[in-house]
Amino acid sequence: MTGTPLLEVEDLRIDLDDGSRRVAAAEGISFRIDRGETFGLVGESGCGKSITALALIGLLRPPLSIGGGVIRFEGKEIQHLSAAKQRDLRGNRIAMIFQEPMTALNPVSPVGRQIAEMFVLHKGKSWREANQLAVEALASVRVSAPERRVKDYPHQLSGGMRQRVMIAIALACDPELLIADEPTTALDVTVQAEIIELMRNLCAERGTAILMISHDLGLVANVCRRVAVMYAGRIVEERGSADIFRAPSHPYTQGLVDSLPRLGSRAALGRSRLKEIAGVVPAITNFPNGCRFNPRCAQATDICRTSAPETDVLEAGGLVRCHHHA
Amino acid sequence: MKLRANLVIGGVLFALAIFVGLLAPWLAHTDPVMDANLMNAEEPPSWTWWFGTDDQGRDIYSRVVYGARVSLTVGIISQLINSVIGVALGLSAGYFGGWWDDVVNALTNVMLAIPSLIFALAIMAVLGPGLTSLLIALGLTNWSFTCRIARASALSLRSQGYVQAATVLGYGDLRIMITQLLPNMLGPIVVIGTLGMGSAVLSEAALSFLGLGVRPPFPSWGSMLSEAREQITTAPWLSIFPGLAIFLTVLGLNLLGDGLRDILDPQSRSRRT
Repeated sequence: MTGTPLLEVEDLRIDLDDGSRRVAAAEGISFRIDRGETFGLVGESGCGKSITALALIGLLRPPLSIGGGVIRFEGKEIQHLSAAKQRDLRGNRIAMIFQEPMTALNPVSPVGRQIAEMFVLHKGKSWREANQLAVEALASVRVSAPERRVKDYPHQLSGGMRQRVMIAIALACDPELLIADEPTTALDVTVQAEIIELMRNLCAERGTAILMISHDLGLVANVCRRVAVMYAGRIVEERGSADIFRAPSHPYTQGLVDSLPRLGSRAALGRSRLKEIAGVVPAITNFPNGCRFNPRCAQATDICRTSAPETDVLEAGGLVRCHHHA
Repeated sequence: MKLRANLVIGGVLFALAIFVGLLAPWLAHTDPVMDANLMNAEEPPSWTWWFGTDDQGRDIYSRVVYGARVSLTVGIISQLINSVIGVALGLSAGYFGGWWDDVVNALTNVMLAIPSLIFALAIMAVLGPGLTSLLIALGLTNWSFTCRIARASALSLRSQGYVQAATVLGYGDLRIMITQLLPNMLGPIVVIGTLGMGSAVLSEAALSFLGLGVRPPFPSWGSMLSEAREQITTAPWLSIFPGLAIFLTVLGLNLLGDGLRDILDPQSRSRRT
């Protein structure tokens, strides 16, 4: 199966129906993830990265809906599957972990039971076996004394511990793809590093591909082999994660990279202000004509205001959507 | 955890009523129906006749003890039926929304608009008197509050992270409702259920008082009150003791409901541990 990518998204469009009209909250989304690969989706709040993830697992709810394009999982189109078939996929083949480990666990159920339920639900195990597997799953995310911890309720665990439990639940059925939506945003920086390391190692051991969604370019580039940057519902640049820092092509990506503080930069360059990207992200209902970044772009010319740029292939590898890309 | 007075008193009263109902054959002095003896008619309370006797010479104490069975059976079972109907409708309405929610809402509003006792009376008129019809009549007419609460809880719980997480993990709708929503709304449902039990005991007394409950001569507190009405000036104990039994049971259930609300209230939940 080396030929077919694990996940292939082609020209995906997500519509927002605000009652009177339909607008595209995201469009022209194309990317592919190979087996065991790590892929990152970066962008600011409201750029469409989370709804893209929801579209992949068939959980867009009105007013949002898939307006076009193709999603293929292991070569098969999944966007039109029946609700029951999509449910079989979710949790079993495609799992997801969330931003808020505080609220993503059921407060009235012991964590062991919540892990065990995955084995019962997707693998048809008996509760007896499932409980045993839950202890192992908890041990695999390096929780100490898992036999005792399975009986704990979520409120008895720390944030990092809860996120470990979430990872154990997500990876319980050995999914092919793990979608991590801002998995560490709510955690301390030190815990953040541990959790990311754990997630990366576990997925590498099992050959699970990761789709990581975050607003943190640095974090994503650190975890993922390839990174796509989204802006206002479009992917504006897709590169290897080393390249995107060294030579960002799209003016928006350049802006993002320039806005990151670097350790030691003050010593090297003297006291300087961090650069910012002027302006704000346009509202979904009010995207500008042409390139959606043009009102904030320093390099914008007339063509940027009238025609939307197509995706260009870069010589150095990668894709960019800009009329004036470097 | 500090023991709350209302919880303790309510629990004790309710437990006492259950205890009396369960052990009625051992606690009663005489058979409540068969041991009529006109020689002992209308005896006031004494060491022999603790609560006195009625105009047929039946021991009121024994009849009150047996009456607990009827009141509690009706109270508990009819409220269970109400809770099941209310939770099933409210939970599914809140979870699915859409047209089903509209239907359930309309139905709830209709039920709230009709006084439940009148509605129960109508059902009893169709089914005829008796314990089974009592259970059906009271079980079908008092679910609207439970339904409201369940629907409101489902609406707010539906957007909780763990419910969405369950969807993402491939849980089906039914499994989400049972494992994720139901346990999290159980607190208020139990409180409403306990309070509802109290009002079901009262409704049973009212229907039996009107002659639509359990058929005489088998004793229920309501029918005993009804029979005692004519002698209320000459033999007040005939009314006092069944009335007291109803009062204490309903008081106990209400105190218990209040006490449970104090503990199960989400606001006080964090203070508990």
